Amino acid sequence: MNATMANEIKENQQGGVKKPQKTVANITIRFAGDSGDGMQLTGDQFTDTTAVMGNDFATFPDYPAEIRAPAGTLPGVSSFQIQFSNDIIFTPGDQSDVLVAMNPAALKVNLGNVRKGGLIIVNESVFNEMNLRKAAWKSDPLQDDTLKDYQVLKAPLSQLTKNALKDHPLKMTEIERCKNFFALGMMFWLFDREMEHTLNWIKKKFAKKPEIANANIAALMAGYNYADITEVLAAQYHVAKAHLEPGTYRKIMGNEAAALGFITAARLAKKTLFYGTYPITPASTILHDLARFKNYHVKTFQAEDEIAAIGAAIGASFGGEIGMTGTSGPGLCLKSEALNLAIMAELPLVVINVQRGGPSTGMPTKTEQADLLQTLFGRNGESPIAVVAPKTPSDCFMMAVEAVRIAVKYMTPVVFLSEGNLANGAEPWKLPDIATLPKIEIRHPVATAEKFLPYARDPKTLARPWAIPGTPGLEHRIGGLAKADLTGNVSYDGPNNQKMMELRAEKIQRIADDIPLLEIRGPEKGKLLVVGWGGTFGPIYQAMEELKRENIVVSHVHLNYLNPFPKNLGEILKQFETILVPELNLGQLLMVLRHKFPGIHAVGFHKVQGLPFQVDEMAAKIKELV
Amino acid sequence: MSEHDHENVNPDANKAVLTKESFESDQAVRWCPGCGDYAILATAQRTLAKFNVPREKHVFVSGIGCSSRFPYYMNTYGFHTIHGRAPTVATGLKCVNPELAVWVITGDGDGLSIGGNHLIHCMRRNVDLNILLVNNRIYGLTKGQYSPTSEIGKITKSSPSGTIDYPFNALCIAIASEATFVARTLDTDPRHMGMIFERAMAHKGVSFIEIYQNCIIFNDKAFGPVIGRENRDDRMIYLEDGKPLLFGSDRKKAIRMNGLRPEVVSLDEIKNENELLIHRENQMNPTYAYLLTQMHYPEMPEPFGVFRAIEKPTYNEMMDKQVEDAIAQKGEGTLEKLIYGADTWKVG
Repeated sequence: MNATMANEIKENQQGGVKKPQKTVANITIRFAGDSGDGMQLTGDQFTDTTAVMGNDFATFPDYPAEIRAPAGTLPGVSSFQIQFSNDIIFTPGDQSDVLVAMNPAALKVNLGNVRKGGLIIVNESVFNEMNLRKAAWKSDPLQDDTLKDYQVLKAPLSQLTKNALKDHPLKMTEIERCKNFFALGMMFWLFDREMEHTLNWIKKKFAKKPEIANANIAALMAGYNYADITEVLAAQYHVAKAHLEPGTYRKIMGNEAAALGFITAARLAKKTLFYGTYPITPASTILHDLARFKNYHVKTFQAEDEIAAIGAAIGASFGGEIGMTGTSGPGLCLKSEALNLAIMAELPLVVINVQRGGPSTGMPTKTEQADLLQTLFGRNGESPIAVVAPKTPSDCFMMAVEAVRIAVKYMTPVVFLSEGNLANGAEPWKLPDIATLPKIEIRHPVATAEKFLPYARDPKTLARPWAIPGTPGLEHRIGGLAKADLTGNVSYDGPNNQKMMELRAEKIQRIADDIPLLEIRGPEKGKLLVVGWGGTFGPIYQAMEELKRENIVVSHVHLNYLNPFPKNLGEILKQFETILVPELNLGQLLMVLRHKFPGIHAVGFHKVQGLPFQVDEMAAKIKELV
Repeated sequence: MSEHDHENVNPDANKAVLTKESFESDQAVRWCPGCGDYAILATAQRTLAKFNVPREKHVFVSGIGCSSRFPYYMNTYGFHTIHGRAPTVATGLKCVNPELAVWVITGDGDGLSIGGNHLIHCMRRNVDLNILLVNNRIYGLTKGQYSPTSEIGKITKSSPSGTIDYPFNALCIAIASEATFVARTLDTDPRHMGMIFERAMAHKGVSFIEIYQNCIIFNDKAFGPVIGRENRDDRMIYLEDGKPLLFGSDRKKAIRMNGLRPEVVSLDEIKNENELLIHRENQMNPTYAYLLTQMHYPEMPEPFGVFRAIEKPTYNEMMDKQVEDAIAQKGEGTLEKLIYGADTWKVG
């Protein structure tokens, strides 16, 4: 922030009576408005500042599939939630302590997410009859007793922004658009945030439009000052720094972490990364991210459809580079046949599935974990495949590296099974020491005196050699027809066919020798073990932390590897009377565990509402079982 | 990009004398006796031997269908993929290894039905591939159903009352997709076919070749009325660049434009040779090439040869250029920059 502005704030504070400051452990804020109100941007700015100030945090963007639903309507509401804390946290918070509602629709959609007694800041300027009607309010919630259980700050944000910018040379519509920065300024005051990061961001972002930059800065400052002087906000809240592990951090979203992980893996393998894909929510941002990194030998191919996307990736793998494709559930359906080709041809391939609400088109912008069985089994024939799943946004990085490592070492497709919620959620990422990243060594065969056998196998991994076109003397043909052992020639021999199927299955199972054993959080035996996978990590972790305060102690293992499972999973399961399997589906991992480990007493906990588990509901479920 | 691309190249490979036999694999060929595919395979093997491109630099990629068994019989690299998807696999391969000569073998069902979408998009992008579409106007491998090039009313196992599907014209699709090399040849004229293959190999960019092929079992003599020995002189035109479209047993017939419509004229009738339509392969505007595709028996003789051959930057070279440009502008990416090169903060 520049000197003049800093002085203005100081003067303001000196002019009035300095309000008291209260210290709290953690806070959850939700910004909600029309899709066009810039709520995601506002949330991002608050998050960046929070990161720099040393809190731990997790974010949750909640937005509609429609790009711009009619303004002021319920389907058009876009929200952004952040929890920040002085402790280690992994969820964006259940209910908000503060809701900023930019219009009546945003209030209607999000009121249920606010804690009783929480603070609601509404943009009073737009609570007129027409907007109330669009948002289906029967009467004005600011006048009746709808909000009696909450603290309410009725602030005419649109009007206040106009007043603050009356001397700025902007059109009325441009001034109107600055109101999100006014709201952000209020939050910065309320939570004692430094403004420097956002001020710099605005200046950089609007470097070519200084009048817009100035207006946004003025709106931000005006909001900050307004919060300081308004009587409704009696105190500032301070959240102390979290005791994060020492290191260098950056804010990261899951899809971004995945993209960086895949590029890293390809660089470790000294290979081109070829990413064939077709745009689909919520996987598309991986394409956007990768396309920016061409100087890392990244080639992105936006194909004509999902099938072409995986076909091209398989072609790239056949050509000896890192072939990858990415999609979400409906796209994975389309890729199934080609995925089986890669299994039959035994080529390395990484398939990203960022799961979203299904079936069919389902709820594209909402999260779910209901593609697990599709991923494991949704293809014709015996079709074993390796599956890894990240558990937090930043974990997408290491699991991406793992996916590539396994694919090239075992000559197999690997599915990277992420979730919408991880893809778009952000958290601090402790950056890895580059020297400690896994080595990815690839050896392509060259001609020798002996006849080349494209389906001869490494005795340890059972991987076949990755001979790449262009290599003299290793000319060979592969394909989807059944293969003779060793030569890979077309074979309809029954016993050979069975042998090859068993070899492919065994190859996938041997990956278990090459992945970390599970570590139990909590006692090694007892009454209840929670088995999670993917994005349920956050709610399970936090629920256990809450229960610890009530002296309820249970155990938790989390699966990053879904096929094969870590080798000690079976032994661990046996040590517990009851296994709880929370999933954002109707019991898919539960079904697999019951089948693979008969005799365990496993119960499911299911949610398919397009939303992640809340910590409270997870804690309640655990309590019910102990 | 891989460090392995170059180190494996046998320095003597280019010196080796290649023969047709060099390109024959050890697998027994299993097409029906009399199948037109034999001639196509032999021509491909003979043509490849003429070029100084070693075997390991050729890759044959196919989909599903009778013709898609082709890669198994070529002693080169090969990939027998899945139905209709060969252009996609070939595209990915060419994008990461542009040094290779990548061939796509497809048929009228594989390429124009289940894989129609991929075919048009790979031609639109001008990926440097050689696509051979073997057209026999029938589904052979599934034992005799009509295909998207079968004539309307055709009686087959799946159309006992005659088809009610209007057929596709493969070359129209290629022209509409802005393919940069478009040609037609036939299985019974290996010399012409070989010449077309040579031209396709020499062409930088996508080459699309339709091959009229006879399915002796399920659609025998489908092209007989055009290419049959007794009538072919009057019903086929062999296109020659820069020359009139001459045909007829004594080459006395030619084509003249009457407004937007081509018509057959006898050389004896015309007063001035300028009236004749002259074949030009390299017109950027596709209108003329499209017009040629509309010439069908019985109304008109059918053209064979190169309909269109133009130059445009290829998809794979533009993709490489973007990578090179990015490296030139930003420098070679390092993991340090990738991971640490954003807004970071330190704890502890």
